Amino acid sequence: MKNSVKVIVLRTAGTNCDEETAFAFKSFGAKADLVHINKLLKGTVSLHDYHILALPGGFTYGDDIESGRILANELRLHLGEDLCRFIGEGKLIIGICNGFQILVKSGILPGALNAKEKKNHDSSQKATLISNDSAKFEARWAHLKVSGQSVWTEGLEDVVYYPVAHAEGKFVTKDPSVLKALVKNGQVAFRYCTAEGAKPGYPENPNGSTDDIAGITDSTGRILGLMPHPERYFLFTHHPYWTRLKSGRDKKFGQGAKIFENGVKYVKNRLIK
Amino acid sequence: MLWRIEIKHKAGVFDSLGEGIQKNIVDLGIVSVSKVQVHHIYNIAGDLTEKQVRMICKELLVDKITQTYTASADQTSSPKYSKKNLHCVEIAYNPGVMDPVEHSTIKGIRDLRDCSKLISSNSLLGIETVQSVHTAKKYLLYGNIAKRELNTVVEKILSNKVLQHVVADVVGEGARPALAVNKKSIPIIVSLIDASDRKLMQISRKGQLFLNLNEMKAIQRHFQKRKQNPTDCELETIAQTWSEHCYHKTFRGNIEYQCSENGKTKTKMVRNLLKSTIVKATNEINKSWCVSVFYDNAGVIKFDKDSNVCFKVETHNHPSALEPFGGANTGIGGVIRDILGTGLGAKPVCSTDVFCFAPPDTSFKDLPPGTLHPKRVMKGVVSGVRDYGNKMGIPTINGSIIFDEKFVGNPLVYCGSVGIMPKDKVKKKVCRGDLVVVVGGRTGRDGIHGATFSSGELTDESETVSSGAVQIGDPIQEKKVLDALIQARDKNLYTAITDCGAGGLSSAAGEMGEELGVRVDLEKIPLKYKGLSYMEVWISEAQERMVMSVPAKKINAFLKIFSDENVEATVIGEFTGNKHLELFYDGQAVCNLEMDFIHGGPPKISRKAHWRTSVVKNPKIDAPINLTKKLSEALGHYNVCSKEWVVRQYDHEVQGGSVIKPFVGVHGDGPSDASVITPKLGSKKGIAVSNGINVRYGMIDPFWMAASCIDEAVRQIVAVGGDFERIAILDNFCWGNPDKPDRLGSLVRAAEGCYKTAIGYQVPFISGKDSLYNEYTEGKKSIAIPGTLLISAIGIVDDVTKTVTMDFKKDGNLVYCIGETFDELGGSIYWDTCGFLGSSVPKLNMPQGRKTFTALKNAVQKGFIRSMHDCSEGGIGVALAEMAFSGGFGVTARLDNVPFKKGIDRNDTVLFSESNSRFIVEIEPQDQKNFERILKGVPFGLVGRVEETSEFVVYGLKQEVCVCADINDLKTAWQEPLKF
Repeated sequence: MKNSVKVIVLRTAGTNCDEETAFAFKSFGAKADLVHINKLLKGTVSLHDYHILALPGGFTYGDDIESGRILANELRLHLGEDLCRFIGEGKLIIGICNGFQILVKSGILPGALNAKEKKNHDSSQKATLISNDSAKFEARWAHLKVSGQSVWTEGLEDVVYYPVAHAEGKFVTKDPSVLKALVKNGQVAFRYCTAEGAKPGYPENPNGSTDDIAGITDSTGRILGLMPHPERYFLFTHHPYWTRLKSGRDKKFGQGAKIFENGVKYVKNRLIK
Repeated sequence: MLWRIEIKHKAGVFDSLGEGIQKNIVDLGIVSVSKVQVHHIYNIAGDLTEKQVRMICKELLVDKITQTYTASADQTSSPKYSKKNLHCVEIAYNPGVMDPVEHSTIKGIRDLRDCSKLISSNSLLGIETVQSVHTAKKYLLYGNIAKRELNTVVEKILSNKVLQHVVADVVGEGARPALAVNKKSIPIIVSLIDASDRKLMQISRKGQLFLNLNEMKAIQRHFQKRKQNPTDCELETIAQTWSEHCYHKTFRGNIEYQCSENGKTKTKMVRNLLKSTIVKATNEINKSWCVSVFYDNAGVIKFDKDSNVCFKVETHNHPSALEPFGGANTGIGGVIRDILGTGLGAKPVCSTDVFCFAPPDTSFKDLPPGTLHPKRVMKGVVSGVRDYGNKMGIPTINGSIIFDEKFVGNPLVYCGSVGIMPKDKVKKKVCRGDLVVVVGGRTGRDGIHGATFSSGELTDESETVSSGAVQIGDPIQEKKVLDALIQARDKNLYTAITDCGAGGLSSAAGEMGEELGVRVDLEKIPLKYKGLSYMEVWISEAQERMVMSVPAKKINAFLKIFSDENVEATVIGEFTGNKHLELFYDGQAVCNLEMDFIHGGPPKISRKAHWRTSVVKNPKIDAPINLTKKLSEALGHYNVCSKEWVVRQYDHEVQGGSVIKPFVGVHGDGPSDASVITPKLGSKKGIAVSNGINVRYGMIDPFWMAASCIDEAVRQIVAVGGDFERIAILDNFCWGNPDKPDRLGSLVRAAEGCYKTAIGYQVPFISGKDSLYNEYTEGKKSIAIPGTLLISAIGIVDDVTKTVTMDFKKDGNLVYCIGETFDELGGSIYWDTCGFLGSSVPKLNMPQGRKTFTALKNAVQKGFIRSMHDCSEGGIGVALAEMAFSGGFGVTARLDNVPFKKGIDRNDTVLFSESNSRFIVEIEPQDQKNFERILKGVPFGLVGRVEETSEFVVYGLKQEVCVCADINDLKTAWQEPLKF
């Protein structure tokens, strides 16, 4: 399996979307391992044996204190060097839902926003994800406008439809300059929108995110974090009204599959010679 | 030292929690609160420097982007203060109640240690010195609020006395009051063998054993033979094992049953109600795919060639009445553990939850004293389910909510869970010499009856008694246990497993050791805090624990898996082979009982029961010419209306197997029938889950309620295209006090309905549960819940891509009504909206029902059916309306084409009768001939057509227009009532 695309699906107490995330990668021929963070911390498994790091959804450590905070600290404080090297080698990271919260709270996303920050290896936290404006857990489908340039989102339709399921998904930046830089750098990957792609209200924007942001990338586009769950629209029958889509009875994949396919393809074409 | 950290939002950041609370306050009718802000408080006890505390705040507790904080070791400031237009209230957990955040916070603080860049070297070790973390919430209420209003807000919204208290003063609050320590000699001997009858009952009452005289005497005789008095622990163990909850005395006992029907009275003896109805049906039906029924924690049926699925539904009514969040939270946690403990352990794949509450618009003055408002109960219960299910990553895919005034003192909370397991992991067998291992959460005083917390706040007697019975669950602990145990199972590292539920270790270890005998060293059990007596350890119902039997040679591999997942696993004893239950505490024997005696069970109880036909007659009301308004009212009835507010809070798609969601249709807001998932990723094989419940039919006749509930659960699975031949069902009886003959009579009657219907449909029961004594006593008056039977069904779906949903798909398609409509408005929603119950309860023609189900399955397989919906509450009218607005199409329908019983001449009867085994089906015009051919022998009528416009028009029996509405208005009527 020397030439296989290897994905590490990182899990710990409270991770719960690990199996379907691994399934999504495996469906495109990758080898995906579910690895408990204890194994990385103890060194029995090395991050460097993998091409893609996936941080799946769930409630790591119960989202106690705030969502993703404790695992974000573990990554930042205990595995920081490994992660830096991993990212530096041009490998891929995807964080979905809780995984996105972890990437943001560890400072991995959005990462350095300009040349100066890059030079200083600035990995401070520049944004956060807080309680939905509705103060409720929201499990619903959301239309998303795709933008930016990322290996993960290449070839996606202009507007995609993915489910969200979170209580803390409101994206907030430290200050307006961060938002401005994100937009300027093309780091905004997904924005909530109406079915027609227009500016949403509630519940199309289910959480009240600033600028309707649902997902962002780092400046290279190789690290993607998003609140919606592409792995939950991986199969055609995941769609909330697939029974209305007549042609679909024989169709296999849903709109979320492309993201995982992109990741695997990128590694095959660019990282494995 | 005690540090107090207070965290608040930065100016300009939206405080959604505060906003939500403010809305709830307005709901209470209090308009003086203009704004609410919430501050999070962490009280951290430990030897910490200020520098360390600052680091803990900056790096862990505080979100730098949106929050600011203050930290102080200064304990003089009081958190409770009021000034003009601002009131502060701080709410904290009571002693003994698990603080849900403590554990992770301590872990998070420990993680900071390695970060040498962030802390100076001399503080490196400091971070290990945190002793405890206790959280609280501080509420800032703005406005000119009267003292009385403030108290109401605190009592009704901000806190629940059972779990929490208002912090009067910050001093000492972080280091919470120590718990009472039992310093009694070991063991305590109870003078039983010479006791008089009166004394025996005194012992039973005083020890809260809930044993009657016969049972106490049986125990006395046993110890007289042994010529020694029992220890308290022995007596308690017997009481736990023989309790109604664990032993189901009512269902297993003798009942002298008198049935008065049609002027005739018959009397018969029922010996073991469960065996003579529910279990008997399953045995007679004898399906080859039933793998394990009425034996394990859950019923097990075959899924595919490699796997089985198991299903269990539990109730958690009483705790939910006292503390809705905690009660429902631990309720779902408990039923999930049932799944983890079925066979050698199954992986939970979905949940289903059904609740019964009093109407949410009940006025406060109608509430009996000591009860919580039903809206608060509902919100709490929903949050409890949401918290546990979502955090464990188990989709809540199906459910139902029923409202009736009689649930005001006793809301019902049914929690169900489905699991999947490899087919070779069904059998468990403890071997002699296996070690007893407890895994998961630690043991505390949780759930010990009459718990003896030393708490100043709990003065009221009932609350003191119940305080131990209510806890908050820890879903992440249970998830960790799940992650570890599946690995251990797949490596064959243990021989048996069971969950710690009611009765705690006493039940779990006792059950597992039933055949061989078991020895447990009680001092080895890990505790949450010091001071528990050996008996408290033994009977504690602390959550998130499982007991497993592990062969000695595999113990190291077993313990490694659990330690790798950060789950505590402790060897506490051994399965001995001497058929005794032996307990030791620090080497001292505290209990030695013969397993045969404990599990031989108590002497059978004998009870009287009677059932009499309802004396209520059908009402005589005029048939309205225009039924539009009545249709809107039916759609807006609490039992019918949209529960979207609830469902959207549940993660129903985690695990990636969702096929038919609880809400379907063009806008994802139409009510689906059964939900369907694929429990194995990548496989098209699925399961469909549904529920049948209707208390109003039971008020007329529990026999037909049972029949209708089974029909409803089954037809919902048929409606999504499930296979009628592969459905298994669960019974769940919640009833009043069975000592009262009328309550018990209706229970017997319902059980008989279960038997007859299961046989008629050849649908086996695979598991069940009962919860009795659901009565609320207020002085001399007693409010019993209506006898409530929940039937939960699980069906195997061979190919989920062939399933169908209930939303109309295309204009021009034909609409059929399948199944015959009778004059059966008794207990209907329609009559309820008119203020009547009536007597003509829906009955069941089972041979006809079977034919209908089979025909529809064939039509689905052939791909003819574009949409299908069952007719249940609200009849044809509600079903048609739901299909129309879910699909975004109008419809034209003719009642004269509905197949109905000769003699019916009223539009309202046809439109709203709730006859069983009926469906509305949409097909494409070109399939008409083939479809009708399949329906041979089944009553059907082509009743209408799907329309492009949003017009919903129904023509009556004389071809006159009787309903004319816009589907959007009907949808609004259906969506509004529970849009909180």
